[in-house]
Amino acid sequence: MTDSKLHPVTQTSHKVERSTRTSRVAGFLGVILLIILISFPYWGGRADMRLMVEIFYIMALAQMWNLLAGYGGLVSVGQQAFVGLGGYSLFILTIFLGIGPIWTIPLAGLIGAIVSLPVAFVVFRLRGHYFAIGTWVVAEVFMLGFAKVLPLGGGSGMSLPISVIKSIASSRAVREATVYWLALTVVVAVIAIVYILLRSRHGLALTAIRDTEEASQSLGVNNFRAKLLVYIFAAFGTAAIGALIYITKLRISPSAAFDLNWTTTVIFIVVIGGIGTIEGPIIGTIVYFLLREPLAQFGSWYLILLGAIAIIVMLKSPQGIWGWTVKRFDLRFFPVQRRLLTKISERQER
Amino acid sequence: MVEWINTILQGILTGGLYALYAAGLAIIFGVMRLVNITHGDLIVLAAFVAIVIIEATGIGPFFSLLAVLPIMFIFGYILQRGILNYTLGDDLLPPLLVTFGLSIVIQNVLLEIFSADSQRLKIGKLEVLAVSFSENLSVGVFPVIIFLVAIFLIAGVQLLFSRTKLGWAFRATSDDADTAQLMGINHHHIFALAMALAMVLVGVAGVFQGISSSFDPSAGPVRLLYAFEAVIMGGLGSLWGTLAGGVILAVAQNIGAKIDPGWQMLAGHVAFLVVLVVRPNGLFPRTRDD
Amino acid sequence: MTLLDVQNLSSFYGDFQALFDIDFSLTQGETVAIIGSNGAGKSTFLRSIAGLVTLSADRFHYRDQPITDQSAYNIVSLGIAMVPEGRRLFPSLTVEQNLLIGGYAGRSGAWTLSRVYDMFPILLERSDVPGTALSGGEQQMVAIGRALIANPDLLLFDELSLGLAPIIIKDIYDILPSIQAEGISMIVVEQDIKQALNVADRVYCFQEGRVSLEGRPDELTEKRIAAAYFGR
Repeated sequence: MTDSKLHPVTQTSHKVERSTRTSRVAGFLGVILLIILISFPYWGGRADMRLMVEIFYIMALAQMWNLLAGYGGLVSVGQQAFVGLGGYSLFILTIFLGIGPIWTIPLAGLIGAIVSLPVAFVVFRLRGHYFAIGTWVVAEVFMLGFAKVLPLGGGSGMSLPISVIKSIASSRAVREATVYWLALTVVVAVIAIVYILLRSRHGLALTAIRDTEEASQSLGVNNFRAKLLVYIFAAFGTAAIGALIYITKLRISPSAAFDLNWTTTVIFIVVIGGIGTIEGPIIGTIVYFLLREPLAQFGSWYLILLGAIAIIVMLKSPQGIWGWTVKRFDLRFFPVQRRLLTKISERQER
Repeated sequence: MVEWINTILQGILTGGLYALYAAGLAIIFGVMRLVNITHGDLIVLAAFVAIVIIEATGIGPFFSLLAVLPIMFIFGYILQRGILNYTLGDDLLPPLLVTFGLSIVIQNVLLEIFSADSQRLKIGKLEVLAVSFSENLSVGVFPVIIFLVAIFLIAGVQLLFSRTKLGWAFRATSDDADTAQLMGINHHHIFALAMALAMVLVGVAGVFQGISSSFDPSAGPVRLLYAFEAVIMGGLGSLWGTLAGGVILAVAQNIGAKIDPGWQMLAGHVAFLVVLVVRPNGLFPRTRDD
Repeated sequence: MTLLDVQNLSSFYGDFQALFDIDFSLTQGETVAIIGSNGAGKSTFLRSIAGLVTLSADRFHYRDQPITDQSAYNIVSLGIAMVPEGRRLFPSLTVEQNLLIGGYAGRSGAWTLSRVYDMFPILLERSDVPGTALSGGEQQMVAIGRALIANPDLLLFDELSLGLAPIIIKDIYDILPSIQAEGISMIVVEQDIKQALNVADRVYCFQEGRVSLEGRPDELTEKRIAAAYFGR
């Protein structure tokens, strides 16, 4: 039977804490890693530097897709539309408007954000599965459209003029170092922005939407606006990265720029690494390149392996490697949650 | 003028083929809300199965259906029961990603076995046989056959869903899987049967597309897009809508091609996006979408 | 004979335990009512019998056969049919199709479509209408008819009168005696205590996932019921 005596009211003091000890250690290690990476052009080989650049931009793309799908709940199979758009923006801005290549990165992002508005107008009419296919169709339209633009090389594409390339830096070594630091800056900026965004009020809103769409709506979170903002932001990021990618590739064509593979690679990375986390795309990118470098020579078998891994991970551990790690060890490197600490104290408060 | 009629007529008939691509997809989505990214690759897979059977036995493509269809049926059942049933649920990522992975696996397995060479299923004279109405207006016999088969199969599936207990079981399970279980319906089995049925349609589509155009291991994604566009334009819940969607897509493509051969695909996609903007639920939606 | 024999049943929704050590029995031909406030676990208990909920039990036998691990879709062929809470008709099917799908498991018996139409004539008029286009009371009739067509020996009614107007509730309860007359055993989960006591041979009261009272209606005083209902 219940005790009818009332217990004295205890005062509890609550603290909302965000960082954990693990994250502080990780932060420190991260700084060390960053210093090493910045210094790479001084001691690293050319081929390795190119690989690092590729790792950086793939990781950045993965963070963007993860933001869109893992946090925004928008599974897009058409982000390659913005990769290609960013790439072509590079060509358009440098060749026809004489803008410096490095500046095209943020400008391409802007173009991506602007274009994403009419695209959103169309694809946001679709939900869930249909949305995914709709975004893919849009990317195909972009590809077919750009193939018709002869000044940009039409279907066979074009190369970046030497004058533009040289405007980055006149010597090849300085150019490659510049591009490397550019890529490093982009990926660090992307991760930092995503991290800050998710720690903010907006991030909390996104997580709420992701977890329970109906409930968050009743709390006043504007679902549609939040999703639209995420979509626009992802378009901005993806297009900016697209411009970076084509600064490194120097040659563009519609079938390469709008290739579905941009998205399938990124999806693989995010799924394996752990969707809906910041650590996930980082881990996933590392795993992807660890597999690719030794195995890509085996052509189809390598791809079959990737496909099989994606299937097995999704069936057995849908939260990916990082999700499994978090559950197992309760770790967090990028603390975006807020943890409630309660201490029951006897002190009275006025 | 007559040329335009010809163009549209060819489009309508090609729409039958697209409807065949799409019908299987519509069933799977209707019963299970499953987005099958590998659908196009399965159409191509069916065509390759036909090639193997044709080369092994020497029979023609039409007869190969006698073997292709049971094989696809069993394959679909095992695929659903063994893998895809585990991805079903409220989250749309698992089925999307698993079927994405499957798509890559299937494409590359086909590549390894058959190489990237272009293939075609041959039916001799029937392929080019045509009936001419006038100088500019002629209708291919084979496209008409495809269209009629599409109508026949769609009518058959609609009958199955509306008149048979199995069809009701499909619809009940799609409505409310828990309560369907209370009726004694084994939802694991029902979903697998739905996929098996869809794979039979995919088998027909695979053989017919293998006859009408060339194909290779990478031809899947394009077929998937056509199928999806047809289903979405037609609207959920109605296979006749899917047929209409296929026809609209093909007609748009043909009109685009007539203006400029390079505009064919683009015209189709643009038509899809326009329908989407004007009618987000499709042109002939029958069920409530959620 | 004892139709349903339950000892120490516990049911779980994921990590959440909804039922604790339930003892329950039902003899053939009996009608047992289960009453209790919201969240007491009454529906959970029925759903456990129907095979829709994870459970553990020392003994959970139907006709002396263990049914602890039975899948829900096998339960019907054993002779147990449920009229679910909220009716749960299939929107894609017409009234007649909804009724007929109840017979999917293929059990033979006296209940046919025409007998159901005899019992609920209004359904014959509305047989081509989508199941969910009917009023609440008519839907309940379809749900009952659907369960009867499964030719069960045990009928489970989950929240029989919930959401229905009093006059409809009376009509539904007037039907029950003719079903009882066939020898069909019933478990009725009911919020309306008066109706429950009227129709039942025995009554259980659930409170916070446990059995708080059990007995025949004539044995139970209002005071005892209130105490068991509210847990005092």
